[in-house]
Amino acid sequence: MVHGEKNLEPKPYSNPYVVGVGLGLVLLAAFLIMGRGLGASGAISTIVSVGVEKVAPVHATQNNFYKEYLGDGTTNPLKDWLIFEVIGVVVGGFLSGSLAHRIKRTTEKGPNVSVRTRLIYAFTGGIIMGFGAKLARGCTSGLALTGGALLSVGGWAFMFAVFGGGYAVAYFVRRQWL
Amino acid sequence: MMPYFKFDYFGVDFGLVIAFIIGIGFGFALERGGFGNARILAAQFYFYNMRVLKVMFTAIVTAMLGLFYFSWLGWLDLSLVYVGNTYILPQVLGGFILGMGFVIGGYCPGTSVVSASTGRIDGMVYLLGIFFGIFVFGEMFPLLEGFYLSTDMGKVTLPEFFGLSYGMIVFLVVVMALAAFAAAEWGEKVLAKKNGRGIE
Repeated sequence: MVHGEKNLEPKPYSNPYVVGVGLGLVLLAAFLIMGRGLGASGAISTIVSVGVEKVAPVHATQNNFYKEYLGDGTTNPLKDWLIFEVIGVVVGGFLSGSLAHRIKRTTEKGPNVSVRTRLIYAFTGGIIMGFGAKLARGCTSGLALTGGALLSVGGWAFMFAVFGGGYAVAYFVRRQWL
Repeated sequence: MMPYFKFDYFGVDFGLVIAFIIGIGFGFALERGGFGNARILAAQFYFYNMRVLKVMFTAIVTAMLGLFYFSWLGWLDLSLVYVGNTYILPQVLGGFILGMGFVIGGYCPGTSVVSASTGRIDGMVYLLGIFFGIFVFGEMFPLLEGFYLSTDMGKVTLPEFFGLSYGMIVFLVVVMALAAFAAAEWGEKVLAKKNGRGIE
């Protein structure tokens, strides 16, 4: 879509160990400069909480979950570290994809499943993921990566549980991917 | 002395600029790793491409060694780096649910952002699903609050939990990661020979 010319073939993905070191250094920079790790689902929680507050202010302030993300009202909840970080993720992902000619309007799926089915799975998986991330107090970046590097017991237990949950249902959704 | 923010080298507003820059690095690394592509991520759960494990464990080991080294040098006050409390039951159950969502939908929150920003429709739809899932959790929170706050173990770390030194746990994690990498490389080769395929 972005690159019309045929000679701009997408480049192969980078060596996973090199990427891992790069990602580790980004995480380390967050620890050393800010004293905190990375995250993703927290930013979405803030946006959801602000949305609920806009539509139903009383309802939101009666709920301890939304209240935690809305703060005490002295600062704008959207002026949040994770929200700015996630805006950076959008830019960084686009930058890397552009340099490697990997920006493409497409749906990633296995060969045996329709786009419509894949999108239904994607939406369903997203709901389950969002729910699980909030129950666990974080996602792969905030708990597994960050908590893992900090040797948090919860972070490591969570990480093994994520792999456990994935392998437990992989067989049942194999048609989507294989 | 690090972490700089905790020692007031700069304020909250400049911290947001740092957040944006760190986010760029985060998104760049995820895209380089192929994590904007659900097929690469899902492959982890069918053992024919172990990129998720390789990238995640390498990143954890790198950051962990950096933290250990900087605090050993005395340049970093590790007690000022934020670690959340461990709530063991909700975190294990939440992790299990999240893992199911991962293989059903193909992404996790961070990777779906990269997927959406590189044009993937499934990533965009997945992201919408996360918004809705968090909303559902928020609406159910009054019912879940008791469980959510249960089994609080405080800010417990592996060295404290196992009664071993920080250095010993760091060493054991490195050994475990190297063993996992060896197993992943071996497993990929065996499966590639068996199926005559692999996603790269």
